[in-house]
Amino acid sequence: MRVGLVCPYDWAAPGGVKAHITDLACALMESGHEVSVLAPWDGGDDVEIEPWVVTAGRPLAVPYNGSVARVSFGMVTAGRVRRWVKDGEFDVVHVHEPASPSLSMLACWVSDGPLVATWHSSQDRSRAMSVAYNLVQTAMEKISGRIAVSEKARQTLVKMIGGDAVLIPNGVTCKNFAVGGPLPGFPRQGGTILFLGRIDEPRKGLQVLLAAMPAILLDYPDLTLLVAGPGDTKDIQESLPEAVREHVQFLGLISEADKVSAFKSSDLYIAPNTGGESFGIVLLEAMASGTPVVASDIEAFAEVLEGGDAGVLFANEDSDALAERVVQVLGDAPERERLRVEGHRRALEFDWEKVSRDVERVYESVVIPGVKVEADLSGQFWGRFG
Amino acid sequence: MTGFWIALAVVVVLVGLYLSQTAGRLDRLHHRVDTGLANLDVQLLRRSGAVLDIASSGLIDPASSMVLADAAANARSGIADPIDRAQRESDLTRALAAVLGSREDVEALSSTEVGAELVDSLAGAVHRTEMSRRFYNDAVRATLQVRRQRLVRWFRLAGSAPWPRTVEMDDTIPAGLAGR
Repeated sequence: MRVGLVCPYDWAAPGGVKAHITDLACALMESGHEVSVLAPWDGGDDVEIEPWVVTAGRPLAVPYNGSVARVSFGMVTAGRVRRWVKDGEFDVVHVHEPASPSLSMLACWVSDGPLVATWHSSQDRSRAMSVAYNLVQTAMEKISGRIAVSEKARQTLVKMIGGDAVLIPNGVTCKNFAVGGPLPGFPRQGGTILFLGRIDEPRKGLQVLLAAMPAILLDYPDLTLLVAGPGDTKDIQESLPEAVREHVQFLGLISEADKVSAFKSSDLYIAPNTGGESFGIVLLEAMASGTPVVASDIEAFAEVLEGGDAGVLFANEDSDALAERVVQVLGDAPERERLRVEGHRRALEFDWEKVSRDVERVYESVVIPGVKVEADLSGQFWGRFG
Repeated sequence: MTGFWIALAVVVVLVGLYLSQTAGRLDRLHHRVDTGLANLDVQLLRRSGAVLDIASSGLIDPASSMVLADAAANARSGIADPIDRAQRESDLTRALAAVLGSREDVEALSSTEVGAELVDSLAGAVHRTEMSRRFYNDAVRATLQVRRQRLVRWFRLAGSAPWPRTVEMDDTIPAGLAGR
């Protein structure tokens, strides 16, 4: 099968949706399909990209849905999407996050034929959606197979455009997290905990963890907090009390391989996200690496951690509770071992091999033999009235 | 007076644009309904085919074979429209649940290489059937929503296209095949 995947967010920036598409593309290619990914690209011209990725121009940073989204839109971009669809001769086009104002929505808009869409995030029906409802609806109505990665994402979809979806969770390529060792100088005595994610994005919850640090340091005075993720560290470093600052090590944006090493260097992975997450893929990655997880008890995380069996939960946005749980687990080696085993078992349930097979089944149930996805002129402005 | 005519002309043009746009939308929706039903039909046929293969494989006991073969043959006999044979397809689902209702049954069947292949192709077919029906019913609901609008009915925008119907059947995945 020839499959076209569309990523709405910058391919140069790491993120859950990008990781999902990368893994899905690899899993599909491994089972013999031909895959092309269309994505915005802001990584410069001289950077090597995967040969199966087609870029659709530079994304723009716009405030959207309570956060800053880096997305692509506009008539020029729509033209690029149309060309990609036309040249691709796909049996199915699979767009991700079609409700975000970016490439995926455009891909729905300009294509005609078997379309599959995956909803990743949970969001309330936005005002933007109501205003542009008519146009958005036209794009959405063409989707014949809908997938949601979690119950929450499914509810979002139902609220936003009605109808139903099949539930296929996110996957994790477990074998990628089984290899590799810790970072140089790790593991070390005194305890190491890890935070991953944009440091200047409040919903990732770094501020919750930093506020818990003084209390944790009382019991573990030699503890190191590794912070890995893009964002400006200067303001954050300056805002930290002297006593905490020397225990926080900023790694900046790290590669996938270094991410595995970071997991393996840490005694605990902390996920203090305060909301906006519909699935905890990073949690599963930590668990596949054998690192126990301490996470906020938002719905998506509680689901992945089986209500606290496969990892530790703390009350969302409560730094005291977080500190208490971290101190507890760091001091209990048998419990950490249990979490390691349970976490790994849970991660295997989401292995990509299994997940991609379910996605293939969706493709098979929407493709029409002999019919390719075509560029649809009736989706264009004037075509709408023809 | 001129003002009135201009206003009337604007209204007529706007209504016209709305109607032609909605007609285009309906056209796309009907197309989705048609392909959705064709897809569901293919998946149902694959499912009953896979069941027949298992029934005639000699890998399960003769009584189970007969139950499966009867239900599968019944589902395949002559009714072309999946909507009309929903009852028979539901019966096939029930027969499957009875024969492959437990993990042990399925594991016993898939212990040989041939058996494992048969189970895999059936598992794929039942999952795809469930998805296809969901996708088809989704398309039907979206279409009905538009067709019920007053302007659409008054101006007969749907032409002579029949009202699409959902397929109501039991397509529960047999417990033994869940997660395969």
